[in-house]
Amino acid sequence: MIDSKVKSILFAGVGGQGILRASDIICMAMMEAGFDVKKSEVHGMAQRGGCVTSHVRYGTKVYSPLAESGSIETLVSFEKMEALRYLKFLTKDASIILNTEEIYPPAVNMGEATYPYDAICFLKNHYPNVIAFNAAELAQKAGNIKAANVVLLGALSNLMNVEKSVWESVIKKSFPKKLVKLNLDAFQMGIAA
Amino acid sequence: MKVLMSGNEAIARGAYEAGVRFAAAYPGTPSTEILEEFCKYDGVYAEWSPNEKVAVEVAIGAALAGEKALAVMKHVGVNVAADPIFTVSYTGTNGSLVIVSADDPSLHSSQNEQDNRNYARFAKIPMLEPADAQEAKEYIKLAFEISEKFDTPVFLRSTTRVSHSKAVVTLSEPRKHEDKTGFTYNADKYVMVPINARTQRVEVEKRQQALKHFAETFGENKMEINNLDVGIITAGMPYNYAKEVFPDYSYLKLGMVYPLPEKLIRDFASKVKKIYVIEELDPFLEEQIKAMGIKVIGKEIFPYTNEFDPGIIKNAIEKNTQMPVSPYKETLSPRPPNLCPGCPHRGLFYALGKSKAYVHGDIGCYTLSYMKPLEGLHSCICMGASIGMAHGMSKALKEKGKGKVVGVIGDSTFLHSGITPLLNMAYNNSDALIIILDNSTTAMTGMQEHPGTGYTLMGKEAKKVNLKVLVSALGIENIKVIDPLDLKATRSAIKGELAKDGPSVIIAERPCALFKRANIKAKPALIVNPDKCEGCKACLGLNCPPISWKKGIIKEGSKRKGISYIDETLCNGCGLCEQVCKFGAIS
Repeated sequence: MIDSKVKSILFAGVGGQGILRASDIICMAMMEAGFDVKKSEVHGMAQRGGCVTSHVRYGTKVYSPLAESGSIETLVSFEKMEALRYLKFLTKDASIILNTEEIYPPAVNMGEATYPYDAICFLKNHYPNVIAFNAAELAQKAGNIKAANVVLLGALSNLMNVEKSVWESVIKKSFPKKLVKLNLDAFQMGIAA
Repeated sequence: MKVLMSGNEAIARGAYEAGVRFAAAYPGTPSTEILEEFCKYDGVYAEWSPNEKVAVEVAIGAALAGEKALAVMKHVGVNVAADPIFTVSYTGTNGSLVIVSADDPSLHSSQNEQDNRNYARFAKIPMLEPADAQEAKEYIKLAFEISEKFDTPVFLRSTTRVSHSKAVVTLSEPRKHEDKTGFTYNADKYVMVPINARTQRVEVEKRQQALKHFAETFGENKMEINNLDVGIITAGMPYNYAKEVFPDYSYLKLGMVYPLPEKLIRDFASKVKKIYVIEELDPFLEEQIKAMGIKVIGKEIFPYTNEFDPGIIKNAIEKNTQMPVSPYKETLSPRPPNLCPGCPHRGLFYALGKSKAYVHGDIGCYTLSYMKPLEGLHSCICMGASIGMAHGMSKALKEKGKGKVVGVIGDSTFLHSGITPLLNMAYNNSDALIIILDNSTTAMTGMQEHPGTGYTLMGKEAKKVNLKVLVSALGIENIKVIDPLDLKATRSAIKGELAKDGPSVIIAERPCALFKRANIKAKPALIVNPDKCEGCKACLGLNCPPISWKKGIIKEGSKRKGISYIDETLCNGCGLCEQVCKFGAIS
């Protein structure tokens, strides 16, 4: 039974982390599961080490590819501090999946600004369901650090009512043959994380 | 079959389904992927032209030969192509011609936020505007049908949010391409000398009337009658935002944003009590509807600038002052985009930043070097502008500007619109120095081919322009070729060429660090020797992503307060930091 209310997921991170690929995969999975899906993303300047976000929205009929502030139920942050940047988009009881990896912005690298090391604590104090782990380390265990995005998808799949076979089929379609096993392993690690 | 597609992929697919097999474009965000996708379909001819004006002219030529021709560009590209566009509106198209303009509300990747719907009215060319990928696919087909039926060029306007959003798209069977090409001789119609143009000018007005009539019954100008208290007139992506937050209001969604269906609008207005016109950027629909004498609410409550989202529309209409806020109150350090590790521009702009010259910039990744700490350029207007501006400034400053005025331009940008102003510099004996940043590709938009790469969009080997020979043929005598990652040579070339009388050109040759075909073998990552580092931060001045500052690592007998550190997973071993370190601490 498909829930008719449109649901929103926000993916956030830093250019080069595979955010857009991950949001593509989830869109295909929701499409296979029978939902209408829309997603937004920003290309161009953001790819040069800047912030990258993607809104994914699914339901029986989706109009806007962008979610309203205060309405997103799930945040998947690919980087620790980036989670803090988009909290105004979330509902008060949003679930947050957090890669605890830290990527320092230039001003932090220069020693001119501080990094919010306490981000996890802050998020746990304000949101009921924060799942934080180092996805890069898990991806490394699965065989390639670049699969961190698929590890995060695995963790996200725990929150979604989609058959495992759908995820597997979509992952198989999304990667060249020789990378399928690695990504299926990475996905499984995310589920267990 | 249903697939997930971006608006741009859908435009390419729609054109293919419509039987279009001919397209020309110059890359530019958010339009680039349209031709990159289109060129993958069977039996098509697609090219990167050197600029948008050429792309449109190529498409006009193909249309005149009877083809269905597509020209694609970003919003500012239409400025470049405006000259032929305004007059092909007079001649008509013979075959069919659709020009895609991808606008960029919010300036995600552009130098301005112009609303190209104004071009439709200005050039008297009909314009369709899809709201999502499915519509993008259907509307491009309709655009070709309208072009054919009314012998007119047609605009398809997309915005970043349509081009770069993905949605579920139902594919259709592609129509077979019929070869209708041949020669059409009709000089009265196609030779735009005044006497013929005056006749065609009248034809344009007749066509305008016919198109207005057509718009009244055009199936994509749709009324959705629901709650009659509020009616919303809108088009494109804002329709989706409005439907999201006000699903129960009545709507008039205009698939064709120019010319407008006056009767239909009046009919809608007579049904509903209150009307909002919801459109991003200019009050394009609003002013025309107000001119019909219809009372509507528009820009008095909706913003003129930036793209909308559902919340903006909701808050404008409900005047809801309780916008959601973040519980996190600290300031977060921004992440401005930066030049990549190993980027050849970094060396050049490091040297330029230290040279005290006034540097006119252009459109490309290198524009990023205006930021601290590189501060390598001081102006940027549009494609090709750096050369003319450097020349103009140098002429105006006379002796004061001697040896101090530079223009920089990328290879793709130089071939786009830098050749003519450089010819001007030779002709009018300029004193400025022009630096062509030849990284062997169109890097900013994602590695597109151009006449200097030796390959076409379709992947065929092509004639490769020799920049040095070209510059020399324009009449420039002082030409120097350097490697911008060799700081000493770069500094000395800049100093040497600035000192010379007359125009000079430096060609800084080094492929983009991300350019796969260049087959750049990454050198081993460099490391900082903590015993030698004096903590002077000179290497941090390069703003290279792998280099960071570790506070508090002091050394006996030294005043240092910390040391530099290189993240070896990011470093590509370009060696610039090694060259700026005075203490030999990096190797």
